[in-house]
Amino acid sequence: MSKYSKHLLVCGGTSCHSSESDAIVWNLRDELEARGLSETVQVIVTGCFGFCEHGPIVKVLPDNTLYVGVKPEDAQTIVDEHIIKGRKVTHLLYHDPVTKEVIGEHEHKGIFKKQLRIVLRNCGVINPENIDEYIARDGYLALGKVLTEMNPEQVIKLVRDSGQRGRGGAGFLTGLKWEFANKNKSDEKYVVCNADEGDPGAFMDRSVLEGDPHSVLEAMAICGYSIGASKGLIYIRAEYPLAIQRLKIAIAQAKDYGLLGNDIFGTGFNFDISLRYGAGAFVCGEETALIHSMEGLRGEPTIKPPFPAEAGFRGKPTNVNNVETFAAIPVIILKGAEWYSKIGTEKSKGTKVFALAGKINNVGLVEVPMGTTLREIIFEIGGGIKNGKKFKAVQTGGPSGGCLTEKHLDIPIDFDNLVAAGSMMGSGGMIVMDEDNCMVSIAKYFLEFTVDESCGKCSPCRIGNKRLYELLNHICDGKGTPADLDRLRNMSLVIKDTALCGLGQTSPNPVLSTLDNFMNEYVAHVTDKKCPAGECKNLMVYIVNAENCVGCTACARVCPVNAISGQRKEIHHIDPAICIKCGACKEKCKFDAIYVN
Amino acid sequence: MSRIKSLADLSRKREEIKKGLGGMKNAADRGQNIQVKVATATCGLASGAKAVMDFFLEQLERRNIPGIVTPTGCMGYCYAEPTIEVKLPGQDPVVFGYVDLKRADQIIEKYIKTGELVDGIIPVNYETIDSK
Repeated sequence: MSKYSKHLLVCGGTSCHSSESDAIVWNLRDELEARGLSETVQVIVTGCFGFCEHGPIVKVLPDNTLYVGVKPEDAQTIVDEHIIKGRKVTHLLYHDPVTKEVIGEHEHKGIFKKQLRIVLRNCGVINPENIDEYIARDGYLALGKVLTEMNPEQVIKLVRDSGQRGRGGAGFLTGLKWEFANKNKSDEKYVVCNADEGDPGAFMDRSVLEGDPHSVLEAMAICGYSIGASKGLIYIRAEYPLAIQRLKIAIAQAKDYGLLGNDIFGTGFNFDISLRYGAGAFVCGEETALIHSMEGLRGEPTIKPPFPAEAGFRGKPTNVNNVETFAAIPVIILKGAEWYSKIGTEKSKGTKVFALAGKINNVGLVEVPMGTTLREIIFEIGGGIKNGKKFKAVQTGGPSGGCLTEKHLDIPIDFDNLVAAGSMMGSGGMIVMDEDNCMVSIAKYFLEFTVDESCGKCSPCRIGNKRLYELLNHICDGKGTPADLDRLRNMSLVIKDTALCGLGQTSPNPVLSTLDNFMNEYVAHVTDKKCPAGECKNLMVYIVNAENCVGCTACARVCPVNAISGQRKEIHHIDPAICIKCGACKEKCKFDAIYVN
Repeated sequence: MSRIKSLADLSRKREEIKKGLGGMKNAADRGQNIQVKVATATCGLASGAKAVMDFFLEQLERRNIPGIVTPTGCMGYCYAEPTIEVKLPGQDPVVFGYVDLKRADQIIEKYIKTGELVDGIIPVNYETIDSK
């Protein structure tokens, strides 16, 4: 057994680390040493507690006391009071700002645990390649319950009552979608799982399929029973080889057990699932394009109606849901509609998985109840902005979404609030940007993506987005005029109104939201020909500061295009016409004589 | 494999698995064993989870420690990959991040053998459906 009777866990997450948590560790170790306690009390550096706003954090085990806002000089008090005398250090405990309650124990309150894992309940818990582990955690119990105790209408009612909305982006009520597919009579119907996760920076569907494939299979069978389908198809991009492999293993194991196939649970219900591979086109995440792609046609969207629920795959009624939507279904069935509908906000129920990426300390996959604020996700769970920089914006909804700023940080996130703020939920990618990101470049980046991914069928998207992209390029190159800004906005609005499918209708969103929130940056680009964030290369000028230059020639020697002239021991000069703004000279200069304007 | 033909079959199966009657190497007999789970989703594998998992498989056997090593999915801590979870009999599981082979060795020598904690623990920051 361990020789230590107590442990002091010190948060070493990036955010706490930058507020001297390492000094806390040294001081604690010194204090313990001085009192002869270093053999019985151990100091451990941990990862992030997800409570960074109140860092640095020190947690005492085994009594679970949590100290917040600890300073290096508090080490002595913690050792003397808590370790030796066994008294809690009251002024370091967390004081709830709302209830004024003093919270002493870590496990005591949910406030330290912003996340709730429903969709990710088995990810990182079970072995995804062993069906037994899924069954041990109530796997396939929901399917059994549905098949033996409920009729399809009851299942649909339950899902509808839960208030779950589709996690693919549009946020349509899952139960209602099932109801449409159920009502359309046909000899054959299909259940399709949309695993064509295409947003840059989004990886939640992949993680679910790799970590808990059976939950999706089970939910698809439940959906099949509800709408009267006996075939399920998973449309997954070929870029996800591990997810495909684990799905194949899961399908084979479920068939072996008789949980997929004929006469499931002895009820006469048949359901089979097979895979369809996509080539990774973004537009194939749109359900009509996805269906065409599965039929072997070009992945192009068609006008709705007819909706897939009327005429989908091979012209038969088809229900398409996203991976994350399906993964929550077995829990909703087992725990009940009322349980699920208590989580979240009035109009958006349950939890949402977000893929946190960009300039954030704790890049990761998080699942939070709807209604959690951006501030909680970015600054507490996410650990704040990298390298202590200032938060500038967060892009939600991928290339179809918009960027939100400081003033949106306290909005409770749900489908409707995000739309009202000028962005959207999308599939749940969250890309965080700091002060060094140029917002015009960000809009350009997303436009470049949509131009690449546009299928070309309708002209607003094919031509309009291309023109938008060119205009943005123009502005970043310093060739833009104030009139271009009006042109950007008008064109964006026209594309939004006239494009055929969701891809085109949402593609101008990054432009519109950056225009709305960062007009000053656009103006700086077109009138002052300056990029405030210093990201647009063509707007930067490298200049030699005559006062500091000693004429050492180091910069001239390192310049790859010979843009620097000047004799030895004389002040050098950079020719802006030749300079390619590589920054090599600035890096080389030992005298701080080169600056960027 | 026996087929599951009814809801009762499923319940029986689940109890069997939980009791550990389903043969070695499955969920059940872990109650008494040391259990190491390695997050081997694409992101984990890309940062070296496979080598870490192989290390545990090989070294637990070589050091005569009765334990089970299994792959699992994403734990959500992309910033701290590779991540593993270690469960000692009768104790709450502990997640370790930034596990390279050196830290893996430390985890075996210190945490698994003596119960002494090592750096890199990731505190649990979420609630589960069972607690809600």
